[in-house]
Amino acid sequence: MDRDPDVFCIGEDIGKYKGTFRVTDGLYEKYCVEPGDWLVPPFHKEQADGIGRRIIDTPIVEPGIVGFATGAAMTGLRPVVEMMTMSFSILAMDQIINHAAKIHYMTGGKITVPIVIRGPGGAANQLSAQHSHSMEGWYAHVPGLKVVAPAFPDDAKGMLKAAIRDDDPVIFTENPGLYAVKGEVSDDPEALVPFGQAKVVREGSDLTLVAYSRMVHVCLKAAETLEGDGVSAEVVDVRSLLPLDTETIFASVRKTHRAVVAYEDWRSGGFGAEIAARIGEACFDDLDAPVKRVGGLNVPMPYSRVLELECIPDEDDVLDAIRNLA
Amino acid sequence: MAKQAEYSLMHAPAGLLDYYRQMVFLRHFEEKSMQAFRTGKAGGYLHLYSGMEALAIGWLGAIRQGYDYVIAAYRDHAYPIILGTDPVEVMGEIMGRAGGLSRGKGGSMHLYDPDRGFFGGWGIVGGHTALGGGLGLACKYRGEDRITLCVLGDGAANAGIFFETLNMAGLWKLPIVFLIENNFYAMGTSLERHAADPALYLRGAPFAMPHERLDSQDLVKVLADARRIVEHVRTVREPYLVEAITYRFAGHGAADHDRQLYRTRKEEEEWEAQNDPIKVLERHIEEQRLASKETLEAIDEEMLKEADRVYAEADAMPHPDPGEVYDHVYTKMKPEAGH
Repeated sequence: MDRDPDVFCIGEDIGKYKGTFRVTDGLYEKYCVEPGDWLVPPFHKEQADGIGRRIIDTPIVEPGIVGFATGAAMTGLRPVVEMMTMSFSILAMDQIINHAAKIHYMTGGKITVPIVIRGPGGAANQLSAQHSHSMEGWYAHVPGLKVVAPAFPDDAKGMLKAAIRDDDPVIFTENPGLYAVKGEVSDDPEALVPFGQAKVVREGSDLTLVAYSRMVHVCLKAAETLEGDGVSAEVVDVRSLLPLDTETIFASVRKTHRAVVAYEDWRSGGFGAEIAARIGEACFDDLDAPVKRVGGLNVPMPYSRVLELECIPDEDDVLDAIRNLA
Repeated sequence: MAKQAEYSLMHAPAGLLDYYRQMVFLRHFEEKSMQAFRTGKAGGYLHLYSGMEALAIGWLGAIRQGYDYVIAAYRDHAYPIILGTDPVEVMGEIMGRAGGLSRGKGGSMHLYDPDRGFFGGWGIVGGHTALGGGLGLACKYRGEDRITLCVLGDGAANAGIFFETLNMAGLWKLPIVFLIENNFYAMGTSLERHAADPALYLRGAPFAMPHERLDSQDLVKVLADARRIVEHVRTVREPYLVEAITYRFAGHGAADHDRQLYRTRKEEEEWEAQNDPIKVLERHIEEQRLASKETLEAIDEEMLKEADRVYAEADAMPHPDPGEVYDHVYTKMKPEAGH
């Protein structure tokens, strides 16, 4: 935001409330100070309670939020939209898919939409069926969008920078279970992590675990457990769903001859299923076993913690799938 | 009816004749578009503006063309043409040719000319109004004195996204004119059958913006109203809701073959006889003695020839190369191999 005055944030409770997951904490205080910083000036003399120009607190209207941001982006501004949870982005589907994703194509390249739509996606702690969706697979299905799901802090920083500078609409999925993960990040403001590059985060030789977002960490734990059993698992962090780096994934599978794709989304039709299909197509001759999918149970997320834990894929589910690899 | 003195204050006589040429050309252009559809040169959807010309000409005559933003829905052929886009490129796009305005990627509903301020061209009823809100937000963000003209239909005025947009526009005081082109039918459903309260202009009331209903078949009146309202929005910097009463002579779209399913021929004939914007403008021209009947007929013939020329030139354009199908999905990236 310091580098480019066209970058602004827009979403529900991101300013005064600091964001429900505190991702935008401190931005309102920093960018909404001078009289010129307000879209709507403060209502009360003693309080900073105006609507900021660069940090815009909105009414609770996901379709309108995405639509306004898309319209502003068409004139060259660079909005970073927060969806309070990616589950709520379902309300804004028409604006995301029928508008933002399609504009560059429908206009024959005349208009661009440099928008970022970010937010926490995936299950957390008993949020129930309407608040627990993994949406990245829905969006990675749509031509015209780019979709990324970083699993580590340095990737999150580098990919968010890349997303903001990208001239295409980017869906930036965060997982609430990952907000607490700590790690080294670069201080270099030009350190971007480009899209379309997967990363081998653990080398191995007996099988390949392909995962993204929180499931990368689950797979890394599973790989450690397997080491104790004398099995060497390679873990590939997809990071970027669209564009997808199939080269890195296929190279790993060709080396190990076995693949398990793990994702938190509903197993049937989740984006990992697409990855599994492509591995099957391209690496058939190199595979010693069918490609396995590990995903969430195909049920609406139940409230009861006992039931919820059944639905969310964990280390045991990954190990089970591996043991069933012929 | 305005008096003689008011006319000379509002327009130089040459102005009205230029508007007349434009109006007649648009009428013929729409007829040629329908010909393109009937001969299989255009497919999908085609929504004609015939009967509503005074609205587009009047409002676009009141804005700063090429500076202010204009956004509309799918009945959109008139706006880019009035703003100066080459009608050959518009017809070429309707015919899906490579040299069409959107390179054949959009079609009749997806016309855009952002350099001239025209931001489309949209197929989701009401969906584009939020984009219009965003255009207005961008103007305020940048501290510009630009205004946004956001056009929608009476059907779109019921969409939830429209209310979300009105609320934010009123809350944040965005410089936008929301222009409801009320032609009394949301596709095949009449106003009484789709609006709980047919006084659509009152929808501005809950959202802190001035709102009014205006007759819109008389170009002279439309120009006067539009100039007043545009000036207000540009100087006061707040949104404005206008319900413009108009009528479309054609069906909703090209597939609407049986308009008598939802309206009467008698109603159509009344509007065509008494409120055709072309005939209303002719009456002004004749009353002010700006041109003779013969001159007007000559203009009509000339504009028909012009529309024929546009059609022929568009039809001569090549179709897109199949290899172009992957262009412009992204700004720099092609969809990845093996997908």
